Amino acid sequence: MNTVKALFFARYRDLIGEREVDLPVSGPLSVGELVRTLRSRGAPYSELPPDPAVAVNRRVADADTPVEPGDEVAFLPPVAGG
Amino acid sequence: MSTSAGSGSPGPWALVSDEPIDPTGVLGRVGAPEDGAVLLFLGTVRDHAEGRAVGGLDYEAYLPMAQSVLEELAREAADRLGTERVAVQHRVGSLDIGDVSVAVAVSSPHRGESFDAARTLMDDLKRRLPVWKREGYVDGTREWVDGTRIEGG
Repeated sequence: MNTVKALFFARYRDLIGEREVDLPVSGPLSVGELVRTLRSRGAPYSELPPDPAVAVNRRVADADTPVEPGDEVAFLPPVAGG
Repeated sequence: MSTSAGSGSPGPWALVSDEPIDPTGVLGRVGAPEDGAVLLFLGTVRDHAEGRAVGGLDYEAYLPMAQSVLEELAREAADRLGTERVAVQHRVGSLDIGDVSVAVAVSSPHRGESFDAARTLMDDLKRRLPVWKREGYVDGTREWVDGTRIEGG
């Protein structure tokens, strides 16, 4: 089955309870569609924000960015480095 | 302390690691005979946040992305600086009060470029580096620090 590798960090990892989840996808979709699909799974995924910051293959993306099976999609809570 | 001319690597240098930061080592990566300004900035863990007593910090990174973003930030700082002499290191893992969480070293013929480049690098790092910190308070509780929505380069 085709999957996207979803990564969760910091407070999102605490929320989901895992750092990495393989999400089944039927084909290419947008970041926005992936987030909607994920949140529709119910708790705890539904507790993610509707428009989270996301990186696709380690580049900051937006809701229109395409996602392909095999891609790495990271959910990035507000950052606080330094 | 002297910076040994020519000891630095040929290009900008960046590292995200759980190893403790050696400020002298970072400083040693910059400096050249034509430079009259050498600047070192250290970010350190402070013992309070918004009125609460802090006992330590945990830093978490999206490591491969954080490393590549830090390299981009160093490259941009070098372009702004007009020299290749930029070194930046960010630590992850558990840190105690007073520990160095980030070090930036730059050098240039005159001081203005170095101050500007170091400050802009730190400002950009705060907006673009996929790193998070959790404060551990002396009362035993801990919380992720409210940050800023990450921006692309």
